Amino acid sequence: MTNAIFTGLMLGGMYALIAMGLTLQYGVARIMNLSYGEFLVAAAFASYWLFTGWALNPLLGLALVIPAGFGVSLLLYRVLLTPLVRRARTRGALEVDSILATFGMMFIVQGIMLSMFGGAYFSYSFLAIPVSLFGEILALNRLIAFGLAVAVGLALYLALTRTRLGTSIRAVAVDPMAAQLVAIDVLRTSAFAFALGGALVAAAGVLISMFLTFSASSGVIFTMKALIVVVMGGVGNLLGCLVAGLALGLSESLVATFVDPGLTLAVNFALFLGVLLVKPAGLFGRAQR
Amino acid sequence: MGSSVTRFAAGLLAVTGAALLAADGPALAQSSVKIGYALSRTGPNAGGAAVTTLPNYEMWVKEVNAAGGLKLGDKRVPIEVVQYDDRSSAEEAARSLERLITQDKVDFILPPWGTGLNLAVGPILNKAGYPHLASTAVTDRAPELAKRWPNSFWLLGTSAGAANTLVDLLVKLRTEGKIGDTVAMVSVADGFGIDLSGAARPALAKANFKLAYDKTYPVGTQDLSPIVNEVKALNPDVFIAFSYPPDTLGITEQARIASFNPKIFYTGVGTAFPLFKQKFGANAQGVMGIGGWSGDSAPIKDYLARHKAASANGAEPDRWASAVTYASLQMLQQAIERVGKIDREAVIKDLQTGTFDTIIGKVKFENNLPTKYWWVGQWQDGEFYGVGPATNEGARTPVVPKPAWKAP
Repeated sequence: MTNAIFTGLMLGGMYALIAMGLTLQYGVARIMNLSYGEFLVAAAFASYWLFTGWALNPLLGLALVIPAGFGVSLLLYRVLLTPLVRRARTRGALEVDSILATFGMMFIVQGIMLSMFGGAYFSYSFLAIPVSLFGEILALNRLIAFGLAVAVGLALYLALTRTRLGTSIRAVAVDPMAAQLVAIDVLRTSAFAFALGGALVAAAGVLISMFLTFSASSGVIFTMKALIVVVMGGVGNLLGCLVAGLALGLSESLVATFVDPGLTLAVNFALFLGVLLVKPAGLFGRAQR
Repeated sequence: MGSSVTRFAAGLLAVTGAALLAADGPALAQSSVKIGYALSRTGPNAGGAAVTTLPNYEMWVKEVNAAGGLKLGDKRVPIEVVQYDDRSSAEEAARSLERLITQDKVDFILPPWGTGLNLAVGPILNKAGYPHLASTAVTDRAPELAKRWPNSFWLLGTSAGAANTLVDLLVKLRTEGKIGDTVAMVSVADGFGIDLSGAARPALAKANFKLAYDKTYPVGTQDLSPIVNEVKALNPDVFIAFSYPPDTLGITEQARIASFNPKIFYTGVGTAFPLFKQKFGANAQGVMGIGGWSGDSAPIKDYLARHKAASANGAEPDRWASAVTYASLQMLQQAIERVGKIDREAVIKDLQTGTFDTIIGKVKFENNLPTKYWWVGQWQDGEFYGVGPATNEGARTPVVPKPAWKAP
């Protein structure tokens, strides 16, 4: 039982980690980034390259990959997405446009990775050592990823609720029109939120590459998972992300242990549907007026 | 009068000249042999195609062209390649092949990667009369398909063959007193896992093995530790996972972390990948998996060296379908050269009846199926040797029980 709960929590932490960047990009900047998973895999490749080519510890690699993720996303927003933002009359129009633009982006990023690394599977071993916690054996790399997910989630939550910049980010998420009335530069704040999401997805990619096998074409799996977690937790809500991710992870691991591992997907989607039926805006989301 | 005779003669000359030219035409046009293929460069199949299929196609074409080309009659004709990305989709693969046949008018077609796509393009190649050497498809319908499509050859055999060979090996080891009779089996809930577990279940029951655990998991499961932990608690002698590459690596990693070390540890697709050795190093020792090859044979050693030299980053082939894929190309080449011209019907006939000298040994098809397969391999001192069927030439004695996991 304890083992199932531990593995569930760690899996859930990983889901939350994957989804936190998307909730910022989608919730605040209103960019439904379909190339999200590709950026995650790109970060995983960067980490692989640093680790195998330069013998750089992936945890130290974070110091390089996270700023790179931030920079690339900021550039992307400025060059590719700002024209769409300016053109869009409504939020809905921006969502549709951004889906189309990032759908194209997905193929570009995937193509770059394919030409650089080829289509094969990649995997490396880092900190894949057993640690004993409350009498249960867990993998250190997964434990670290879980710890960082929780730490990042809480830190960002506090930053969003306790700081001025965080408050303006939340204001843009709630109502970009009204935010302008209180002298918030919406475009800049959105760009910042999008880039922050890019930094988060880069961090997730690096951490996940420590224990998952990936290939240039595995991005879509992560986009899907992130989307489920984001919608279930409530778009734009980091705490919702964490809770939804943990709920999915726990349910998956409990079902795999006590019922049948074949039913994990079914339970995932049942939980997702159940939440949406009761709270259509997600666990922590507020219904749009 | 005279003028009409000369005109007639001139006309006659022109006609015969044209006829001569026309007869010359195709021979002149045969300045290259056009070979086409559609492979999964993107999508979920890309990982398999990039390891097993593409490097072999590229290497073979390079080698043949370096030697001057395919030998047609008494001259050598270089190969010209036309290739597409089937994006891992059956519809796209079918469309690409139609295009290769009708628009590019290629002389021969090399098959796509994977069971699903080979089944999907089978009818097209059959209808157009192209030889179909499916070297990466495992299907129980192979004998039936070979009969229905006489142009198709199924080099990797049936899932029943894979499962039964594994069970035979287990029976042998049990008789030798090396293992007991509890087995735990997991399988991925997709084509490969369903077929193999479906074949293994009755075979294990018939051989009086106790199946202590028998569960499936969905494709793309990202954490397999609940399964490994539960199986560990049951303490089986034999652990079988009919898994896909990411799961194979995940299960093995998790087993090492949980120090779950059964006497036989068998995983599915991906065990034979060079990536497996790269990731687990000395810990690969004793792990069994699907596939294997005669690692001690000189042609295989030579092939390994050439493959490493030919690929951009010194990549190694996988130890299962790679060598079979390369062998299938050798067979195609030998059949074409024996026929001596682009005559697909004759080439198919030659493939059906001829004997071929390949890196996996002499191959002669019986009812369009090879007579020898490697089904169980084991990592021994950094090489994935075939251990089953034990009657195969070059079969190694399996290392049982599997040695304990080492700290990385």
